[in-house]
Amino acid sequence: MSDSYYGRPVIKETIWGSPEIPGYLFLGGLASASSLLAAFAHAAGDRHLARASKTAATVAIGLSAAALVKDLGRPARFLNMLRVVKVTSPMSVGTWLITGYAPLAAAAAASALTGKLPRAGAAATAGAAALGAGVGTYTAALICDTAVPAWHDGYREMPFVFAGSAATAAGGLGMLAVAPEHARPAVRFAVLGALTELTAKSMLVQRLGDGAKPYQEGRAGRLMEAGEVLTAAGLAGAVLGGRDRSAAAASGLALLTASALTRFGVFEAGRASARDPGYTVAPQRQRLREKPREDHHPERTRLTPRAAFLSIVAGVITSASPGRRRQRTAPSASRRFP
Amino acid sequence: MTTTAASDPAARAGYEAHPPRMGFFTDTSVCIGCKACEVACKEWNSVPEDGLELTGMSFDNTVGLSASTWRHVAFIEQIGRPGDLVRGDGHAPGAGAPGQSRWLMSSDVCKHCTEAACLDVCPTGALFRTEFGTVVVQDDVCNGCGYCVSACPFGVIARRETDGGAHKCTLCYDRLTDGQTPACAKACPTESIQFGPLDELRERASARLTDLHDQGRPEARLYLENPADGIGGAGAFFLLLDEPEVYGLPPDPVVTTRDLPRMWRHVTAAGAALAAGAMIACLRWKGTG
Repeated sequence: MSDSYYGRPVIKETIWGSPEIPGYLFLGGLASASSLLAAFAHAAGDRHLARASKTAATVAIGLSAAALVKDLGRPARFLNMLRVVKVTSPMSVGTWLITGYAPLAAAAAASALTGKLPRAGAAATAGAAALGAGVGTYTAALICDTAVPAWHDGYREMPFVFAGSAATAAGGLGMLAVAPEHARPAVRFAVLGALTELTAKSMLVQRLGDGAKPYQEGRAGRLMEAGEVLTAAGLAGAVLGGRDRSAAAASGLALLTASALTRFGVFEAGRASARDPGYTVAPQRQRLREKPREDHHPERTRLTPRAAFLSIVAGVITSASPGRRRQRTAPSASRRFP
Repeated sequence: MTTTAASDPAARAGYEAHPPRMGFFTDTSVCIGCKACEVACKEWNSVPEDGLELTGMSFDNTVGLSASTWRHVAFIEQIGRPGDLVRGDGHAPGAGAPGQSRWLMSSDVCKHCTEAACLDVCPTGALFRTEFGTVVVQDDVCNGCGYCVSACPFGVIARRETDGGAHKCTLCYDRLTDGQTPACAKACPTESIQFGPLDELRERASARLTDLHDQGRPEARLYLENPADGIGGAGAFFLLLDEPEVYGLPPDPVVTTRDLPRMWRHVTAAGAALAAGAMIACLRWKGTG
């Protein structure tokens, strides 16, 4: 391990609280993926699943917004988030996404539960799905856009870990909430999500090498491992359980819990990597050893608000529009940022 | 991006006519560890007391920069480590004879980065760039979200538990607007902390480095003075006598937001995958649904 100042951390440990912030990561993911599942279930005519997913999304986003406000040092000032729009701050982008998303999710649920205003309900459902794709994945940029080594260095895989974990949770909730004969899409969503999550996690661990130890050791390691065991159990139950209601519910609950455990594990891994100065210093030393001092950041791109804004616009256009209305301009816009 | 704009964060922030970029050059080779800077900073900025404990870390009982410690003097005792002490001819007068010990002292402070992660990630606009090119928190806007705390590659900014807001060195913004020297530099009895226009400080630092090397102290090196480094160079840079990590500083910090456009692209792809997954899950496959 490298030299350090009395073993003190170089960076500050995050002051984001647990369970508020990992809980928010989980609930935000659950809400967003539920909205997407609800929209496509709605379009396919699966009314039971759509209604349950819309309700789940509304409850989850409400709880997660409350967790976010509670975690502020000055909760009374949460509206200060809305004084500016800053594309260089994932938290600002996320705040605006949630501000747009939450009322739409609530309107979609209200219409589905009361049966009133079906057209407005359908529009809200589509809107919530479009913004939901961002709500569930921006959180990866939120934690990776920090100096925390285990988070920052995993920025390539983290969005896929989170997207997978979100789908696992939304699928699991669908299996828990509706009868197995209506839950087939939820099972498929959960299976796709769990496989994505497991693959992305193993890619992350592989690429980080020594830097992945915070994900494998201590409290974070135990959380991640428990998450994987439950994911496997839930997957097995989902595929083999067939039409047995209690087996489906148990599998759903296992998948929901697994998704939450992953979020808490990722959160704790970041904390652990910030506490140990070695995780900050060693990769930087390595970088200095490998490259001459003058050009050790050869392809650096300065982050201008314009560049960040355009990459988000490109993102919104490519990801949030439902498949059939994809716009052709997006790829050229995103290619401008090498 | 022209070189002027790159080294002129105030212009990049939209100031049309503004004073030259001001900063600190902290020459640790003449620091005597008196902590006058810590005290002057606390006095002038009314920074509250932050614990009176004996840490056993040499004479350092403030431990590190925090919401209520904006200057921090590090004390490093290197005892009988000949490999670390002697460079060059092995009998350099400044570095001590083989087997001897030395005491490093260094006054740390916010680096006022050219590319400041804290400022980039702040979701309320509480952190802003001043006309002097420095980075300051507006306490009446900050809502204590804590994003800046995790974004800073130096562990400088922190949240004060008593008021829930983020705090750090302002480079005495109030004194600067009146043409005064920041409190720490004013109080420093050895001119270890030098204040002035950044261009001037860089020239002074490079002359000082040459002097030290000529005196047979090859271990002297400048830290964060280079505008080509991972934070675009610091407004507060240092002359150190050992590797940065010995002082608790990161050896090659890179502002996290340099990777943000790439992060957004991965987020976009993952969001699209999530939507595609939901669509595939809801398709009516032959024989199902």
